[in-house]
Amino acid sequence: MSILSLHNVSRSFGALKVTDDVSFDVPTGQALGIIGPNGAGKSTLFNLITGNLSVDRGTITFDGADVTRTSAMHRCLNGMGRSFQIPQPFGSLTVFENLIVAATHGRGLRERDVADDCADILERTELIDRANDPASSLSLLQRKRLELARAMATQPKLLLLDEIAGGLTEGECRALIQTIRQIHASGVTIIWIEHVLHALNAVVERLLVLDFGRVIGIGDPATIMASREVREIYLGIEV
Amino acid sequence: MSTIVDTRTTASRIAGVCAVLLLAAAIVAPVFVGRGVIQDLFFILTMLTLAQFWNLLAGYGGLVSVGQHAFVGIGAYTLFGAGLLLGLDPVAALLLCGVVAVVIAVPTAFFAFRLQGAYFAIGTWVVAEVVRLSVAQWQALGGGSGTSLPPTARDFAGTAWVARVLDVRDAAARDIVTYWLALALAVATCAGVYALLRSKRGLALAAVRDNVAAAQAVGVDAQRMKWLVFLIAAFGTGIAGGLIYLQKGRISPDAAFSVTDWTAFVIFIVVIGGIGTIEGPIIGVLVFFALQSLLADYGSTYLIVLGALGVVIMLFAPRGLWGLFAARTGIHLFPVRRRLRRTVPRNTQPPGETHG
Repeated sequence: MSILSLHNVSRSFGALKVTDDVSFDVPTGQALGIIGPNGAGKSTLFNLITGNLSVDRGTITFDGADVTRTSAMHRCLNGMGRSFQIPQPFGSLTVFENLIVAATHGRGLRERDVADDCADILERTELIDRANDPASSLSLLQRKRLELARAMATQPKLLLLDEIAGGLTEGECRALIQTIRQIHASGVTIIWIEHVLHALNAVVERLLVLDFGRVIGIGDPATIMASREVREIYLGIEV
Repeated sequence: MSTIVDTRTTASRIAGVCAVLLLAAAIVAPVFVGRGVIQDLFFILTMLTLAQFWNLLAGYGGLVSVGQHAFVGIGAYTLFGAGLLLGLDPVAALLLCGVVAVVIAVPTAFFAFRLQGAYFAIGTWVVAEVVRLSVAQWQALGGGSGTSLPPTARDFAGTAWVARVLDVRDAAARDIVTYWLALALAVATCAGVYALLRSKRGLALAAVRDNVAAAQAVGVDAQRMKWLVFLIAAFGTGIAGGLIYLQKGRISPDAAFSVTDWTAFVIFIVVIGGIGTIEGPIIGVLVFFALQSLLADYGSTYLIVLGALGVVIMLFAPRGLWGLFAARTGIHLFPVRRRLRRTVPRNTQPPGETHG
């Protein structure tokens, strides 16, 4: 059973077709990686799935319901959680409050019912020591962790990660992979856009390659990476 | 449960006790002080109410309206209309003032929410002007030159009792009753806004103010928050407007819809006191009243000084006087920050920074 299905999804900005007739399914529980060179339309595709952009044509089905025309907020309430490529913390709130607002509104619960969960997520994402600090005071790694933690606080069925490993050191990246693996192991479906291929390959079971807005390959990561077409595109940025 | 969430601080506990004592003193004040002082306190309390609502709109909701005088005027005219045309007791009509303000606020918001930032500000101002010009056509309430509450409508609920018990004239008794109403309204406003900010909606407001896209991505209904804040502010501002003109007893469109008296001064109060805090408007209204008392005899010089002071504060203390004080001392009388404490840390290492 697929948790997410895209059917002939297209989106243009003026004359430029950024997403061109994209169709794919994500089975429940899978971790799907999306790669592609700069300007391939990865972030646009991501924003079409989360509802930050609307599609020109095609349909998006999430968890059995057509969500093509629903807002980003409603997709969150239906079980979609996302991180932003450039971390977008609520800077005037503390780290803990960032999670509380996500948990209470994303899940429709009262504050006292989510406090424990939020504290647990902060422990798992190693932010517990910064719980009472303003989110604006966090370092880059901590901001990336907060993106992940805040998305987790909404208790998503599908977690969308947008270049969450970018800009991190090798050690930081390893720690983050560990956390994402744990989240995946707990049953959450993951779609992950990433340039850092080794990070991606440590987690995902399936890989989708995007170029000029089109899907040029989808399948087992090893097979995809070995294909000539992908090697040509990736020559130069392959890690 | 091992998780404890706390918002209180030592300062807030002391402030709470002081507030209760101050409130008790304010309730019995009419027994001990003269009519002039009661009128001054009435002015302070109603301006505080207006400031607290504008602060909710602009400081927390990010909705910088310069048309709140529309709701003061609507409240005032509703009160007079209900008293003169329907024969309602003015005190009972106060609630109606808020309701009518909300009724007008719905189409206003529908129109103004399509505008962003400065355009929103101008849009709200335009709406206020339209309402003022429309009300000026209402001949039953005196048209452009206004009207007075007739003596029959002035003996509203409680005045006779106050006049007898405190042994004062009817006019003084009216001032005392309106003062008590203003006190109740101001206290309810401060408490209500504080309760809203401490709730999960308060967190959502802050999230929307910080980053709308991220707030929506975690399930916050940003549009609903804007509506909520705008309608609450209209309701409270309408009641305050009704109350202010119940005390004045005379109304005219130019006075009731005065952008200077009910919007510019209110913005000044919030800005010098500290926008985005509950303490700010309280400090601001006291500073404003002091300045007004000191400079009342200097005519337009007073407005120049007020404006210059506003500019200086915005340049050198953008968080206002209270913001400056809070940043230096870390004291918050109305804390909204939730601090996480774990009594039984699940880590082997105690969480060093989490005791707040």
